[in-house]
Amino acid sequence: MIAPRIEMETGPDLGPRTAVGPTLQPTLMELSRPGRGGGKIPHPPADALDGIPAEHRRAMPAALPELNEPEVIRHFVNLSHLNYSIDAGFYPLGSCTMKFNPKINEWLARLFGFAKLHPLAPDAVAQGSLELLWDLEQWLCEISGMTAVTLQPAAGAHGELTGILMVRAYHEARGDHDRREVIVPDSSHGTNPATASMAGFTTITVPSDARGGVDLDALRAALSPRTAAVMLTNPSTLGLFEDRIVELLDAVHAAGALAYMDGANLNAVLGKFRPGAAGFDVMHFNVHKTFSTPHGGGGPGAGPVGVGEQLLPYLPSPRVLRDADGTFRLETPGERPTSIGRVRAYQGSTGVLVRAYAYVCSHGGSGLVEVSEDAVLAANYLKSRVAEAYEIPFDRPCKHEFVASARQIKATTGVRTLDIAKRLIDKGYHPPTIYFPLIVDECLLIEPTETESVETLDAFATALVEIATEARDDPELVTTAPHSAPVRRLDEATAARQPDLRWRPMTGAETPCPQ
Amino acid sequence: MPYGPHTGDDRAHMLRALGLETIEPLFADIPAAVRAAGLDLPEPEPELQLAARLERMAARNRVDLASFLGAGVYRHFLPPAVDQIISRGEFYTAYTPYQPEISQGTLQTIYEFQSLVAELTGLDVVSASHYDGAAATAEAALMAIRATRRERVLASRAIHRHYLETTQTYFQPAGLQLEELPTLDDGTTDLAALERALADGPPTAAVLAGQPNAFGILEPMAEIGRLAHAAGALFVAVVEPISLTVLAPPGAYGADIAAGEGQPLGIAPQYGGPYLGILATTEALIRQIPGRLVGRTTDLDGRRAFVMTLRAREQDIRREKAASNICTNQALCALAATVYMATLGPHGLRDVAAGGAAHARQLERALAAAGAPRVHDGAYLNEFAVAVPDAARVHAALLDRGVLAGLPLARWYPDDASLRDALLVCATEVTTSDEIERFGEALAAELGTGAGLVEAVR
Repeated sequence: MIAPRIEMETGPDLGPRTAVGPTLQPTLMELSRPGRGGGKIPHPPADALDGIPAEHRRAMPAALPELNEPEVIRHFVNLSHLNYSIDAGFYPLGSCTMKFNPKINEWLARLFGFAKLHPLAPDAVAQGSLELLWDLEQWLCEISGMTAVTLQPAAGAHGELTGILMVRAYHEARGDHDRREVIVPDSSHGTNPATASMAGFTTITVPSDARGGVDLDALRAALSPRTAAVMLTNPSTLGLFEDRIVELLDAVHAAGALAYMDGANLNAVLGKFRPGAAGFDVMHFNVHKTFSTPHGGGGPGAGPVGVGEQLLPYLPSPRVLRDADGTFRLETPGERPTSIGRVRAYQGSTGVLVRAYAYVCSHGGSGLVEVSEDAVLAANYLKSRVAEAYEIPFDRPCKHEFVASARQIKATTGVRTLDIAKRLIDKGYHPPTIYFPLIVDECLLIEPTETESVETLDAFATALVEIATEARDDPELVTTAPHSAPVRRLDEATAARQPDLRWRPMTGAETPCPQ
Repeated sequence: MPYGPHTGDDRAHMLRALGLETIEPLFADIPAAVRAAGLDLPEPEPELQLAARLERMAARNRVDLASFLGAGVYRHFLPPAVDQIISRGEFYTAYTPYQPEISQGTLQTIYEFQSLVAELTGLDVVSASHYDGAAATAEAALMAIRATRRERVLASRAIHRHYLETTQTYFQPAGLQLEELPTLDDGTTDLAALERALADGPPTAAVLAGQPNAFGILEPMAEIGRLAHAAGALFVAVVEPISLTVLAPPGAYGADIAAGEGQPLGIAPQYGGPYLGILATTEALIRQIPGRLVGRTTDLDGRRAFVMTLRAREQDIRREKAASNICTNQALCALAATVYMATLGPHGLRDVAAGGAAHARQLERALAAAGAPRVHDGAYLNEFAVAVPDAARVHAALLDRGVLAGLPLARWYPDDASLRDALLVCATEVTTSDEIERFGEALAAELGTGAGLVEAVR
């Protein structure tokens, strides 16, 4: 079979080419030339597919790109230069905890014994990975104060779904069928209400009070015999610890509901606050935040879930178990009928969890406490510097992140928070999270993490203050930023109106439908 | 702390700037009643010791076996180019590309991923990826339910057990119905039962079938699709991407949605993940697909560029009305798949699929000669079930002989007498004749059927 020729399209101007520095790249499909590639896989006998009846065979070969390895490498290396990354610079990205990713963790996850193990391998040949998973579960229990942890969920949002499904199973098992509502504060992550919907609940949103905490009276008013759970992020998405957490949890439990903690901001309170010990019934961890597994350009992460005693029966299957003789095994199908069932194909994103395990080991208990202390100290220090030019809506110590607002700058100069964020790119920084949480106008959510030096924090603060000055003196410089990135601002409206989601000249698969 | 830059002087400087002498006031907002006093965890472990200890731990996993285990996750040759590229800090330490001006690398690779998977599946709209094949299958079923406003899904029982179980978990809270369709003796889905199920009961949102199915058997996909469409249901194909270089693509046999596991495209097995959930659909269903999408556009100067698009479906904007709560994709895994496909090219990928098929036929002969004939007589690509007397015991005994003899199907179908003594085995391009001989000889020894074996293999 010969793949159909992919015609080269010159495409729009990619801009001037320089010897060094990022330039836009043609796509793989434009680089393709028939006949390139090969040398990787032995050719099978010509009759290898003779046993496959014609009606199952592909009529036209897939028109995939043909390149040789040097071109492939150069393509992706040049594309990589168009990315900002932690290895290259500072991400003050609130809510996302973009800390340094230790290199040894990458190496450990690639050890053949971990990397090559099949997920359905019999327990007897998987003792190394099972022990690692078991240990990590125990350590996350200690960190969270929860009774048990499942490592299965593939991401924070997946952990939320797992947790809320367990909440549902708990109420159902008690015959408490009318609990159909989940309460979230107005500062919550969008995943919280989206998760509640996916699990068949309706969402009730309660406001925040003037100090940035959950409005306790509003929460009490919203709680009812219909409430299944309250999902809280603590520290909140404003970077503030809910200092009335005891009263909040008492109110939730008095109403017969369960308390879910969104653990996105756990990096602030390691060894300072253990949600399970404080009374939370269920929580998720984001190991790509707190335990520094790489973000990977948007994933993969992992979102383990911890539960208290009353949710133990409902943990997803299979759990990792340790038998009396010290050997480890996975729960067998049907061993625990109360389980909510499977939430994914296999027992967890073990490749990610090896990195989280290594992170806990290299820090130890004392190091993790220092992580939180340094993260909180850095955030408060940076906040004090940024306050020179930006409004700080909540004047109390923050935890690992803080909210600043550019509403005064906007009112006086017309320059928006979005523009300030884009101008930061010119100054060498990834913009902070902006317009989240939704309850502060023109907000920037800034999180320095514990792995950035004082020099970096100072330089970033200086850059933000400079931009405030530029907004007054030369607003157009800011509103048209960035000026130094590989591309300028994009036409997102056209992208959404006329979606172009795949390369069009490839038509090999468009064989007529037999119907 | 091993990766923190702050010296004692740095901390003192920051505290002074805050008018503090100790860190304590910054944690004073945690009420005493819930204040923790540190963590009872091991001491910090220097990298040297950590590396040595984890090398020993990893070595306790046996990955040196002659393995014929597939069942959704497959051993393939990984060109080192894949790991070299995904190990670049510019890719793996980057954040989600919400700032497109400084994320064109990630965005273009996702667009390329979408383009290549569109080409493989014959479906134009490809999500930037989901957690794994199970999550993609569950999302495909939910998508069909949203699109048709019907609440019942029919699924062949010969879809990966764990995908169906995961779908059931996703279905349960909303009271959605997932019904399994039986299979025939040849291993394909029972079309007569499908017709009856479509005719009776509440209207059906979607029909799900696997290609190849969970027994490795090739299904009459076009026929299943026709029956589904005649009843106003959507047709979801659960596929394996490497096979799509030689098997008809879902778009060609009328599938509305394709879901599958992208692990075979350059991702190591890693005892369960991270993997790559593939989800693709037609333009007609573009507003229903959950997860990230990257589109081509231009910047202010007219230069071609890429951006996350159609974001109004997503949780951070739509909150409780979002298409799904998913808030990530498996970007680095999608990158691995893209580099893998680019490195092997269409001919290399076809050689991977055909090489697996050739080795599987060699394996079939060897196992038959050793006394383990196939269970189903339908056509297969590179995976099939064999009947082995006392399969569970033999499977364990072969492990002691260094052979991982696939998956005992009784684990997935405990109530099916016909599969009680069946092993699901696969071969890929990396399977060697030597491994096949070892399997055949070890099996013959266990079953007491030694004679004439070596000749049969050759």
